[in-house]
Amino acid sequence: MLRISCPFCGVRDHSEFSYGGDASVEYPALDAPECEWIEAVFQRENPDGVQFETWQHLHGCRMWLVVERDTCTHAIHSVRPAHNGIARVLNNEAAGTDES
Amino acid sequence: MKPYSAWKVFVNGLTGQKGWERAWRDPEPKAQYDAVIVGAGLHGLATAYYLARNHGITNIAVVEKGWLGGGNAGRNTTIVRSNYMLPGNREFYEHSLKLWENLSHDLNYNVMFSQRAHVTLLHSPAARDAAARRYNTMRLTGSDGELWDLETLKRTIPHLNYSPDARFPIIGAMAQPRAGTARHDAVAWGYARGADQYGVDILQNCEVTGVERNGSTVTGLQTSRGVIRAKKIGFAVAGNTSRLWRMAELGKLPIESHKLQAFVSEPLKPLLDHVVVFGVGGAHFYISQSDKGGMVFGGDLDWYKSYAQRGNLPIVQDVAECATSILPCLGRVRLLRHWSGIMDMSMDGSPFICKTPLENLYLNAGWNYGGFKASPASGWYFADLIANNRPDPVIANHTLDRFARGINIDERGAGPDPKLHG
Repeated sequence: MLRISCPFCGVRDHSEFSYGGDASVEYPALDAPECEWIEAVFQRENPDGVQFETWQHLHGCRMWLVVERDTCTHAIHSVRPAHNGIARVLNNEAAGTDES
Repeated sequence: MKPYSAWKVFVNGLTGQKGWERAWRDPEPKAQYDAVIVGAGLHGLATAYYLARNHGITNIAVVEKGWLGGGNAGRNTTIVRSNYMLPGNREFYEHSLKLWENLSHDLNYNVMFSQRAHVTLLHSPAARDAAARRYNTMRLTGSDGELWDLETLKRTIPHLNYSPDARFPIIGAMAQPRAGTARHDAVAWGYARGADQYGVDILQNCEVTGVERNGSTVTGLQTSRGVIRAKKIGFAVAGNTSRLWRMAELGKLPIESHKLQAFVSEPLKPLLDHVVVFGVGGAHFYISQSDKGGMVFGGDLDWYKSYAQRGNLPIVQDVAECATSILPCLGRVRLLRHWSGIMDMSMDGSPFICKTPLENLYLNAGWNYGGFKASPASGWYFADLIANNRPDPVIANHTLDRFARGINIDERGAGPDPKLHG
């Protein structure tokens, strides 16, 4: 069992989570050329090593997370919220600074 | 090499089994070959065999980082069927099944192909309608398929859970009588021996560490046993295709590597004469009984990408639940072992047998769940592609650019998410 440290709920078994996919994919603008969309939707790096991927804490807080994980060893190096704004707020709280 | 026969088995039985010889050589690599296939799994060995047999190209090597048949060839549930419906898949898998039917004779090696029927359970009228459409398509295109009502199914496999209280009561089944199972190791060994008889060099413990290019051509392979030059090179390393693709500096692929587990129980007396598939709601389960008596079964992917041939426990629980829900008599059977193989999961669940951006490099990849049954036809058409430098019409759309052209072959209708194409 993988153990994923959810930033909101703590360390949980991966069976509480649902796997998303490659978090390195960035979708282009809606009016971007077709080739950019083909690249984003269908083409994958598929690394043998550390990659960023999305998981949803489906049977917990239901938040989407970005997990940094090694595809050869399954070791998890970091977990953060997928939503950049929430990640920034959590970071600031940890650093003791106030957004306002 | 002398052919195997019942007479030789008899004679060797009387003479202490001393009359057998090596089934294939263990040659040193030559500096140059007409064609080199990377990967001595079922697809690579079949490709070498058909290159020699069908096309007369015998100056070939098959390079393998481990031992032949040591990857997914030994990590599957040995099911052979052709119940695919979409153009491209339909003809391809039917050709494969026809090759399976004569494979033991063709190879002079008993691959123990057993046409015991592949029986998919049905649980709703909608599923029955979809099955009727699929199996009618099969029958109209030269294959076999039957819809079984509940009485036929009960008569054929009496010990399934027919309780009306089941979460998904069984209402019937679709069956392909010509489908079945084969002995997976024997297929690898049979193709290896067959290819070796034509003079193909099978180079084991020969790991590819680099791909040598000269502009838009590939010139050779750096391996752990030295540089091997080749006029044509074919990749048949499903599971690790992306790794090799990066060595050739070709960028991304419409593939993700996922792991799939399979399981075998302790040996039992004859219990199940068919391949039985249970797939409804969240369940996905397939089971047969090996000739040694073990119940061989499997289910879904582990859901997350991986290159580690190591399975995880939630799937053990999933398949155990499925097993006991359709075959409650298995409740106290002990699991003997389980293993995990790495699949090339593609963006539409269908494979690639195609040319590449490099002129003399050919790709055989993306086999998802279906690699074992496909291996004879995969080798057949891949050999044809390499020998003639053009695809047979059957594999015309098994290309990497089919996504850009909008001609995905998505048998499951799951969309561009590799993990969903189980």
